[in-house]
Amino acid sequence: MRQSYKLIFERSREGRRAYDLPALDVPAVDAVPANMKREGKLDLPEVGEVDLVRHYTNLSRRNFGVDNGFYPLGSCTMKYNPKINEEVASMSENMHPILDEDMAQGSLRLMYDLEGYLCEICGMDAFTLQPAAGAHGELTGLMLIRAYHEKRGDDARKTIIVPDAAHGTNPASAVMAGFKVKEIKSAPDGGVDLDALREAVGPDTAGLMLTNPSTLGLFERNIKQIAAIVHEAGGLLYYDGANLNAIMGIVRPGDMGFDVMHINLHKTFSTPHGGGGPGSGPVGFKKHLEPFMPVPALVEREGMIELDYDRPDSIGKVKSFYGNFGVIVRAYAYIRSLGGAGLREASENAVLNANYIKNALRGVYHIPHDRICMHECIVTPTEEMMEKGVHTTDIAKALIDRGYHPPTIYFPLIVHEAMMIEPTESESRETLDEFIGAMKAIANEALTNPESVHACPKNTPIGRPDETTAARKPIVRYTRPE
Amino acid sequence: MIPTDRRYTREHDWVKFEEGIAILGITDHAQEALGDIVYVELPDIDAEIEIGESYTTVESVKAASPVDSPVSGRVVEVNTELDEKPELLNEDPYGQFIAKIACAEVNQDALLTAGEYEQFLAENKED
Amino acid sequence: MKSYVPNTIEERREMLKAIGLDSMDELFSDIPKELRLDRELDLPAPMSEMELRDLMIGYILQNDEGGLLFRGAGAYRHYIPSVVPQLAARSEFYTAYTPYQAEMSQGMLQSIFEWQTVICNLTGMEASNASVYDGATAACESMLMMRDSKRKSRVLYSAGLNPDVIAAIKTYAHCYGIELAKVPLDKFGLTDMDALKAALPDSAGFIAAQPNYYGCIENMDAIAEAVHEAKALLVSYVNPISLGALKRPGDYGADIAIGDAQPMGLPLNFGGPYVGFMATSGKLIRNLPGRIAGETTDAEGGRAFVLTLQAREQHIRRDKASSNICSNQMLCAIMSTIYACTMGPEGMREVAEQNIAKAHYLASEMCKLRGFTLRYNTPFFNEFVVDTALPAEVINEALKEMGIVGGLILPDGGMLWCATEMNTKEDIDFLVDMLNNIIEGGEEA
Repeated sequence: MRQSYKLIFERSREGRRAYDLPALDVPAVDAVPANMKREGKLDLPEVGEVDLVRHYTNLSRRNFGVDNGFYPLGSCTMKYNPKINEEVASMSENMHPILDEDMAQGSLRLMYDLEGYLCEICGMDAFTLQPAAGAHGELTGLMLIRAYHEKRGDDARKTIIVPDAAHGTNPASAVMAGFKVKEIKSAPDGGVDLDALREAVGPDTAGLMLTNPSTLGLFERNIKQIAAIVHEAGGLLYYDGANLNAIMGIVRPGDMGFDVMHINLHKTFSTPHGGGGPGSGPVGFKKHLEPFMPVPALVEREGMIELDYDRPDSIGKVKSFYGNFGVIVRAYAYIRSLGGAGLREASENAVLNANYIKNALRGVYHIPHDRICMHECIVTPTEEMMEKGVHTTDIAKALIDRGYHPPTIYFPLIVHEAMMIEPTESESRETLDEFIGAMKAIANEALTNPESVHACPKNTPIGRPDETTAARKPIVRYTRPE
Repeated sequence: MIPTDRRYTREHDWVKFEEGIAILGITDHAQEALGDIVYVELPDIDAEIEIGESYTTVESVKAASPVDSPVSGRVVEVNTELDEKPELLNEDPYGQFIAKIACAEVNQDALLTAGEYEQFLAENKED
Repeated sequence: MKSYVPNTIEERREMLKAIGLDSMDELFSDIPKELRLDRELDLPAPMSEMELRDLMIGYILQNDEGGLLFRGAGAYRHYIPSVVPQLAARSEFYTAYTPYQAEMSQGMLQSIFEWQTVICNLTGMEASNASVYDGATAACESMLMMRDSKRKSRVLYSAGLNPDVIAAIKTYAHCYGIELAKVPLDKFGLTDMDALKAALPDSAGFIAAQPNYYGCIENMDAIAEAVHEAKALLVSYVNPISLGALKRPGDYGADIAIGDAQPMGLPLNFGGPYVGFMATSGKLIRNLPGRIAGETTDAEGGRAFVLTLQAREQHIRRDKASSNICSNQMLCAIMSTIYACTMGPEGMREVAEQNIAKAHYLASEMCKLRGFTLRYNTPFFNEFVVDTALPAEVINEALKEMGIVGGLILPDGGMLWCATEMNTKEDIDFLVDMLNNIIEGGEEA
């Protein structure tokens, strides 16, 4: 199975080309000032078209996506990406982003309608589609919180409270938005410790960032008390929408008391993640934060959707143009395909599938918080496995050999040796049963033949990589041998 | 063996005093807990460091650990060898310093003798 | 009803039974009753794939994207070779998540490594990250890099940056506590060097644009010299297509090169997704935000690619991270990489030269018309500003009737025109004829 693969740069042969352009039909001009002209030839590959096609086709075969198989990567909601959505997303490829509004009514209307749907799904008053990813949405949402307090002259509110179980983006986004971060410890059941929260809030509290269901895959039962504590202290509640796939049509962040939130369209709303992006991170908020939303806002006037830049309290722009439009179209198509009942059905089955797996692994793996989970469950290796030297990493690598993408590992940080399994609603019972079978077989192998687990993965193009050397002596680009 | 020529903190750092200069490094326990060290973010020469402020961050593949200073003062020297060879901290934690600070103030309360540190390690051993 | 849930109702019932439950509702018993939604979401009814396609075509029909396009201003229409979308449609790429498991993600990791190499070689820099959201956010992140490496919180930017980029850096700077100062352009549409030199003391760095928003080719040698004289950092915001003809940021000593790679193989798509790039000299590599792929070996000594330098990132360093970014624009970066590899060195040069030629032909033909004057007497790339005797709104409104998207109207009434290799001589001549008609129509009226 092991097989290294040349870089496109290593396939280069001088003089080969894969491009052609029409002959220049206007006079060539020598317009670049001499001192700004580039000298010499750019160091890019020179390959024929067929070489290029085979290179990337075979490179893609060294990768694994949802279309290849089960991908229960916790917190990432790797559900199936419908093909029709790819098709409709390419329909407006030639639309320039800066057109008169009357030329772009279709695209603007689609975005405006999607904002409305997201408001209904989340119980929010308004949405902006501008942020390009979840973390970008977090930053934008926090900027709204900051602008809100600043506008009220409440300048002491400089602290964002973040539970220690939170996604790493939460504290990082808070710092980027200019806040200090106060981390609070989780209660033994993984939820927010109410006493710790009461102690943490004060006149410096700008807000609390929370994901519900939590990163443990459990619903935060005390959410009403949490909201009350934060609001009474004068802070706002931020909802990290990474786990929204558990609750569509069942409970809404707005009804739980959240003031502002982001959604990862590339998780809950089924837009493909592209191997790391593009994502999309729309931000929803209640009325009191609307004056601060990024420009342009979409507004309807006399049947026309307009881009409104005249918003004096706006935080400004957080990126160019209006968001990752191609991603937005896919999410729109997904919502229109399913409707309200279909979204609820998706969430119900996501939760069912997670509980089904958790139930089947009970007794084989350790389950740290064994109650009904939401869309994902956390299991860890048993004491016996770890005594044999088999850890979460090893189990992940053994899953790879069996054709599965491993769950998210070593997160959340508050669970030692965590494996976070998120099956999503896309998977059939047979797939779940086969995965459960694989997990059980690995557990057995860990106890009877741990060396064999340590040797995984065996069926992949490369073995376990040396990450230490990669970080000590970073090689981040190809340089030609002398 | 834990050298007796210096003091220790409960955060597993060591400090050695030589003529008003505090020489700072991390202990064997610290390097072992971090695993393979891949990068040491050295402070700037002349940077003013406060007590309890992190003067360096030591990175392994999976962790980044800020190291707090038990002294205040001005950075007078850094171990530039760590730029190229961060693994030296793994190989010889007591022989490799990270920075030297012209010492203004020392947080004596935070400092343990070698014996006290050894006892601290024994008490806090993971079982 | 459309559903992507494969399990039948009967199977769901059996699965519920297996976990000891009778109904779906019991799965949600942790959620306080009074919070639960007691109705169905109020959304349009579900629809079949056939209906959905019709619905989407309906939206498209409400758009009028125009036939001929002479507008850029931050989003550029270039020819996209067929191989680019075809290869990017490999679902092993597009349905993957971030390559956390290197052994089953070598395709993506190697592609990132190739993208980083393409970006480094195009810009003349030594290290690149795996991409950021777009050019504007690349500029925002570059402010943090400058602040952290220079430990100064004042950042200068050129008035020749794209206004969207300026808007974004203003938003971010407010949060970062960065003091932003604008360096104006002179009457030639170029950075005012005296103003730059006066503003530089005590600044972390300067964000310049090449070519700038008005198309003008800046003297980056002089700018770099002034910036480095003041011990500040130079960030060069470049159009990557221009690098087929213009000196690379590394050639004039820029410390950070950033921009939007949309012109390299990405469709206009009403503003996104595009892809921001960030490249830097080797010594600033640990200040780069976001993901970076690196080369290493596996246990058997074979070449392998991994995500590296992760200790900078939010999932490890949390509130001490250099940035909060995690998802970036990876698939778009692959498209740009495939574009650059399709074009190769000769193709990149030829595209750049064709852009220059087409834009100059358009400018010279247009400015033969009565009442059309080129604003800046300065070398330009593929855009230029024209001042018109007739109001620009009148011109564009008339062009729209003819299916032509004219130059972008600037706040001061000038028009920012763009021509690329996509605009044929015939199209340009047609545009100029139409403009002539508009002038004559205007004079008759």
